[in-house]
Amino acid sequence: MRSPNSQQAVLADDWRNAGFGLYVHWPFCQAKCPYCDFNSHVAREIDHSAWVRAYLSELTRVASETQNRVLNTIYFGGGTPSLMNPDTTGAIIDTAKSLWRVANDLEITLEANPGSVEAGRFAGFHDAGVNRVSLGVQALNDPDLRRLGRIHTAQDAQTALGIARNCFDRVSFDLIYGRQDQTLAGWKAELKQALTLSSDHISLYQLTIEDGTAFADRFARGGLTGLPSEDLGADMYQATLDICADHDLAAYEVSNFANPGSESRHNLIYWRYGDYVGIGPGAHGRVTIDANRYATECISAPDKWLAAVNTDITELPRQMLSPQEQANEFLMMGLRLSKGLDPARYLALGGRELDRDKVKYLCDLGMLTFQNNNICATTQGRLVLNAVIRELLAG
Amino acid sequence: MTDLSHIRNFSIVAHIDHGKSTLADRLIQETGTVKDRDMQAQMLDTMDIERERGITIKANTVRIEYTADNGHAYILNLIDTPGHVDFAYEVSRSMRAVEGSLLVVDSSQGVEAQTLANVYQAIDANHDIVPILNKIDLPASDCDRVAEQIEDVIGIDATGAIRVSAKTGQGIHETLEAIVHELPPPVGDRDAPLKAMLVDSWYDSYLGVIVLVRVMDGVLKKGDRVRMMSNDSLHLIERIGVFRPAMEKVDELGPGEIGFLTASIKQVRDTKVGDTITSERGGASTPLPGFAPSQPVVFCGLFPVDSAEFEDLREAISKLALNDASFSYEMETSAALGFGFRCGFLGLLHLEVIRDRIEREYDIDLITTAPSVIYHVHMRDGTVNDLHNPADMPDLTFVDHMEEPRIKATILVPDEYLGDVLKLCQDRRGIQMDLTYAGARAMVVYDLPLNEVVFDFYDRLKSVTKGYASFDYHLTEYRQDNLVKLSVLVNEEPVDALSMMVHRDRAEARGRAMVEKLKDLIPRHMFKIPIQAAIGGKVIARETLSAMRKDVTAKCYGGDMTRKKKLLEKQKKGKKKMREFGKVSIPQEAFISALKLDG
Repeated sequence: MRSPNSQQAVLADDWRNAGFGLYVHWPFCQAKCPYCDFNSHVAREIDHSAWVRAYLSELTRVASETQNRVLNTIYFGGGTPSLMNPDTTGAIIDTAKSLWRVANDLEITLEANPGSVEAGRFAGFHDAGVNRVSLGVQALNDPDLRRLGRIHTAQDAQTALGIARNCFDRVSFDLIYGRQDQTLAGWKAELKQALTLSSDHISLYQLTIEDGTAFADRFARGGLTGLPSEDLGADMYQATLDICADHDLAAYEVSNFANPGSESRHNLIYWRYGDYVGIGPGAHGRVTIDANRYATECISAPDKWLAAVNTDITELPRQMLSPQEQANEFLMMGLRLSKGLDPARYLALGGRELDRDKVKYLCDLGMLTFQNNNICATTQGRLVLNAVIRELLAG
Repeated sequence: MTDLSHIRNFSIVAHIDHGKSTLADRLIQETGTVKDRDMQAQMLDTMDIERERGITIKANTVRIEYTADNGHAYILNLIDTPGHVDFAYEVSRSMRAVEGSLLVVDSSQGVEAQTLANVYQAIDANHDIVPILNKIDLPASDCDRVAEQIEDVIGIDATGAIRVSAKTGQGIHETLEAIVHELPPPVGDRDAPLKAMLVDSWYDSYLGVIVLVRVMDGVLKKGDRVRMMSNDSLHLIERIGVFRPAMEKVDELGPGEIGFLTASIKQVRDTKVGDTITSERGGASTPLPGFAPSQPVVFCGLFPVDSAEFEDLREAISKLALNDASFSYEMETSAALGFGFRCGFLGLLHLEVIRDRIEREYDIDLITTAPSVIYHVHMRDGTVNDLHNPADMPDLTFVDHMEEPRIKATILVPDEYLGDVLKLCQDRRGIQMDLTYAGARAMVVYDLPLNEVVFDFYDRLKSVTKGYASFDYHLTEYRQDNLVKLSVLVNEEPVDALSMMVHRDRAEARGRAMVEKLKDLIPRHMFKIPIQAAIGGKVIARETLSAMRKDVTAKCYGGDMTRKKKLLEKQKKGKKKMREFGKVSIPQEAFISALKLDG
């Protein structure tokens, strides 16, 4: 049994296992996609100068709580952050660099839509300091793009990818599969085509009907037909793993594939359970202060958040995470990684071992395996990861 | 003390919904027994379940004072009896406490199965019977036809039948006059040693056990010391009274009178229905003929959905048993369902009533296992065991043969549904004994195994006849048949709560239906799960629930952590509500639904 003081010391430094990042949420889009449950809004007028001031003020606030840390990554998510003025992006990056010491290899990612407007700004974003983009391509044919409510075309996407590759060292893009009426053969062909659009990283998401989205409404009313069965979904995932492996793209996370060394370092902070501050409407964070880890969340309505920056605090009340909650979060995120998680760190966080009987049971079922002292989900286990995690969740 | 010639004791015989309770309400109201402002519908049905289901479960009593047209004042004691077959024993003992009956028949419906069962009990008790044709206000009322039917089917004179609408009050006065003039007064001797029949007893949280008595001879007074003749226990009478219908104290009860007493009796079980109460000194030497005690015939397990509520369930069951000596229980442990109780009931309605009361009055969610009957297991060594629970079935190598209870079922049904009813009875291993017609209604009598009837027979009957059939039964005998225990195995593990006794010929169909249903009810797991029905070691039906193939969150980033974790935790909690069976989690719903098989 560890003494309380050394337990405190472990918890104070646990985040260092994964590093420290900054997430900036830009909440606006040109159009709302019917499958998207992120905090995104369509606004007619945006007072860019007010937004810049707000972000900078928030940066100062969160930096004051995280002094003496090295910032590893910055991530602009949304919404559609490629609709920001590159100057805004630049001001945020510059301020962050002045508030924290930054890593030599500071990764700065921007999510971008492959529309022509955005592509035209890529050079500007590069000049502002962005060194990685993640493009929301989603599909490689126009009818499916329309069904997904996307306003770009497959040709736009190819063009944007080309421009992105010229502007940035690192380019990733997203595809959504398991779409309406999509066949296994159709997806395989589309994925193979996508992998010819040379890129060091790709995110491949199976379409999920999220609560509160337009798709969820249609689905509930009996619309949105032709979605894959559980079996077809599983086959599509297996095919995705096989094809990416053939192209030397490692499945380092459930839905993310990369050449070795090209993984999203920012997202790895989440999955490895590091610390990150989140600013902007609806942004979440995990911050360790005085050996306590807090879950933070900002007001999500853009106008309310903007008003709150000037007058009041932008965060909802912080939740202090108990050791067990931290262990559960670490478990839930860590098992998504192909490298899995270190059970010793789980024990250090929660003060309790992972249930040995459950782990053995899941290993016997072929769901989990040990690799270099880490516990990892097997391919089979990853397909039913929610069920595996439910077995292991403590409490 | 009322002169015997000015007392009339009577009960009302009727099928459910033929208006018995409403008629009782009208008699109470017409005579001013209850002030109008205190009147509520179905005065005598005091339990919520009785009012809600429109049925009477416990016998209730009311003393009505009535001044007849001849100017004399009479005391009319009504014992309102349950109409349902499950409570037939209550009917029979109530009948023994009175001299006459009103036979109430809905003039728009005619004679039904329960009318027959109850009227035969009245005839057995040597009652004088006054037929009443009720609901004459309904357009479908056809008094002449129904009167003819009463004469044909029951065989009593219905020419003088009183035409009544308990709803409008028409014919109520004539009914009161008929009670006075057509029913006989009781007989008894005030000077003879005390003989009072213990008709019923129940627990009251303020007064303790209340005993309903009918005085045959002698006088019962407050402060008397009395003896229960069955066990010679002595009691001091603390309180004597009558029901109007609220309890009202009186000084004494004389011969022919019906009322209650209290005597510091702690439990209903300390009183024996049918017992004779006499004076401690100079009492009667021979008791009144007693009643056969009621015996539970249907058994099932009751388990709390939330195992933490076991102690609450124990308390609820023991409280209910205080007031219902016909309901038996003992603790049961099930590998699947944990701790619970094996309970015995008088019939399916009794089971449902007790279950509803536990769920409603004590707020405990229950899992009810398949209803079972008592089998006689004849062992090879010549001993005979009663089997209440399929889980206790002995090893077949020691069993010589088995017997099951049979019933005689009477079903009245409109002609158009007769074919479906015959098919249902045949499917349930019935043997037709009689088929006659009363007007456009057929009356079929079947010899049926009780175990086929406790298993959703009544629901099926209602559904194939659109609710137009009426049904009654009584136990006849035990008969040998080819009975087997059907076990259900989930992932090779037997699930005791789902095992049941069935006839060999029905085992395949039952087993197949069960495994198919379970396949839909059990959620997919991380591995494939065989679901089997077996007799002994022999599998007779099998389904395989294939393994879950995909359940993974596609996107999970920093902002999702809190929400997705909560979702998984919620799902895990939901899982806790399931029953772990080996490595398989079976939802409560599966137990409840799997036991509701069709056909």
